[in-house]
Amino acid sequence: MKAFYGTKLPNPLMLGTAQYPSPAILEQSFRKSSAAVATVSLRRESGAGQTFWQMIQDLGVLILPNTAGCHTVKEAVTTSHMAHEVFGTRWIKLELIGHTDSLQPDVFQLVEAARILTEDGFQVFPYTTDDLIVGERLLGAGCEVLMPWGAPIGSGRGLNNEYALRAMRAEFADVPLVIDAGIGLPSHAARAMELGYDAVLVNTAVARAGDPAMMARAMVRAVKAGQLAYQADPIEARDMAEPSTPVIGKAFLS
Amino acid sequence: MKIVLNGEPRNVRAETLSDLLEECGYSGAVATAVNEAFVASNLRIAHKLTDGDRVEVVAPMQGG
Repeated sequence: MKAFYGTKLPNPLMLGTAQYPSPAILEQSFRKSSAAVATVSLRRESGAGQTFWQMIQDLGVLILPNTAGCHTVKEAVTTSHMAHEVFGTRWIKLELIGHTDSLQPDVFQLVEAARILTEDGFQVFPYTTDDLIVGERLLGAGCEVLMPWGAPIGSGRGLNNEYALRAMRAEFADVPLVIDAGIGLPSHAARAMELGYDAVLVNTAVARAGDPAMMARAMVRAVKAGQLAYQADPIEARDMAEPSTPVIGKAFLS
Repeated sequence: MKIVLNGEPRNVRAETLSDLLEECGYSGAVATAVNEAFVASNLRIAHKLTDGDRVEVVAPMQGG
C-alpha cells in the first residue's frame, strides 16, 4: 500500500464529518468503520467548534482539513494557513471550486494554489478532475497525491468515467490516488479499489444513509474487498463462456 | 471602534486582535484573519486594529 506523504493508512477509507444526523452518530460511524482519516473544515466560530474538535481528536484518526467553498487562490491559501494553525497538520485537502452547480474544481487555480502551498511547506491533497494533464501539472507543482472525482460532490453517481480513471491509474502508477467525490454505494467504492486506487473518500453516502454507522461499516468492508481483489490480480472479462468444470472425463450418458 | 466581525458590524473597545478575541469571548482553537489576510496566533497581541477592519474568526467545523 502506498504512503500518503510518508504515512501509511491502516485502511483505505477516508471519511467526511459533515451532514450526520447528530454528533453521536458521526462518532459511531467512525468507531464502527475504523476509518483512517477524517476530513474537517473551518467556519466562522459560532460556539460549536470546540466541542466538535475535541470529539474528532478523541477518535485518534488522521486529520485532513479542507478548503471547501474556496473559489480563489488567495482564499484557499489563507484558509490553508488557518487550518494548519488550528488543526496542527501540514496536510490540506485543496478544493478550488470553479462552478457552483457542479462543484467542479477550477483546475487552473488549483495548480497555482498547489504550487504556493507546497512552497509554504504544505502536503497538498488536490481535489481534481480525471484530466491527465492537470494531474501532471499538479505533480509538477509539488503534489505527491492526486484526488480525482468519481462524480460531482454529493451526487452519489459513482465512477462516472471509469475509462479516464483507469487511464489515470496507469499513467500515475507510483502516485497515491484517492477517489474523492461522488461515491454513493459500497460497490462504487469497491470498484475504485479494484481499479487500483489507493483510498476512497466518502461523506454524503455515509452521513445521509438511513443508518450512517452501518453504511460506514459497509464502506470499509467494500474498500478492503476491492483492495484485496486488486492485489489478487483479477481475471479479464471475456465475451464467450468457458466451462469451469473439466470437460475431460465426463461420463457418456446421452 | 467600529469593525466588522465575522460579517457583523460591531462596536468594540479592543485595540488589538488578541484583546478583541478576549472581549468577544473567543477561546480554544480558532484562527484569525484581518482584511482577508491571515494573522497567526503569535502575532495577534501586536496586531493593532483600525476603524473599519474586517475580522474573521474561524473554528473547526464538520467538513467533507
